[in-house]
Amino acid sequence: MNLLPGTLAIALTLLALGAGAAEPGVPLPRIAAAPAGQCVEDTEFMRRNHMTLLRHQRDLTVHEGVRTKRHSLANCIDCHVGTEQANAASGEPHFCDSCHAYAAVRPDCFECHARFAEPGAPLKSSAR
Amino acid sequence: MSDDGRTASSSTDLARRRLLQGGVAGAGLLTLTPGVVLWRAAAARPADEPASALQRWGLLIDSRRCPDDCQLCVDACREENGWHGHGRPSTDAQWIRKVHVRDLEQGTRRSLPVMCQHCANPPCVDVCPTGASFRRVDGIVLVDKHICIGCRYCMMACPYKARSFIHETVTGQKTHAPRGKGTVESCTLCVHRVDRGIEPACVEACQRAGHEVMVFGDLADPESRISRRLRELGASAIRADLGTRPGVLYQGL
Repeated sequence: MNLLPGTLAIALTLLALGAGAAEPGVPLPRIAAAPAGQCVEDTEFMRRNHMTLLRHQRDLTVHEGVRTKRHSLANCIDCHVGTEQANAASGEPHFCDSCHAYAAVRPDCFECHARFAEPGAPLKSSAR
Repeated sequence: MSDDGRTASSSTDLARRRLLQGGVAGAGLLTLTPGVVLWRAAAARPADEPASALQRWGLLIDSRRCPDDCQLCVDACREENGWHGHGRPSTDAQWIRKVHVRDLEQGTRRSLPVMCQHCANPPCVDVCPTGASFRRVDGIVLVDKHICIGCRYCMMACPYKARSFIHETVTGQKTHAPRGKGTVESCTLCVHRVDRGIEPACVEACQRAGHEVMVFGDLADPESRISRRLRELGASAIRADLGTRPGVLYQGL
């Protein structure tokens, strides 16, 4: 019967796809390596919700003077990016940029905010 | 005569400061760099606690002691908050500036720093169309640059010429002092320091140089150094006739 060649063709196609999966057809972002240790929330949660946390924190900080470090942009930068020198030395792209460039979103945080951590800022040690 | 009063007050201040420093060291909290003074360490607010309406931050500036050619407060502010000029005085950022005045009849000369006066009735807040200009509950007047659209209405409304507009793309900002093109900015009373219980940079620089021109503190606390000095010697607001009720007060004007 001519069912066999059809099945064979499908099986061959699946095999080819399986081989291709090692090199995905859709390019994935090159995300700068995160430092060892746990982020302030789960990675999956942060990927979807970091902007909400940041927006909430920003209003609390600017209007009410709440300066907890946990969900602050400065904390993201301190941990994921570091100083300009450290970032350049690592050879990694800027952590925030690596995904934003891929997703074609252009948040304007860094029009005003520092892109890198400050080397040895005297107040940082007393930051809570 | 006023000198005697001042000497007496500064000696009590010294005694109070020693007492406070002793207390702080005893509590093992004094980990700040030299020159960074904790004032009322016990009152330093926890990071997760919002600013309180029970406080009213203010500055007392003694113009009689302010040296004519001294720019230390301006330099300290620039360094702390990362603003600088581009050689265009009419549009350059200006959080704090030295103003020289002369009384035409008496010939008295004074030199004094002028910055955002942190009014209780701030005209900038009245006119802001977006709500970006606001007065924090503890009396610090700020611009929320997330909301500011750069219309500069507040700059026109401010009788103290305290605000400036950022015309140029900014890079290399300080982490604690975000600033960017297209927004209005002014003295924040070093809110990032105040929130941690540290005096504004201008006050620190002035005191470090031994000029003792500026006193920072809580106007709502009758026992604070600034309140006691106000009670003793009095002070006036610039353009008090406008009813803005500034938190920055001047002596010797």
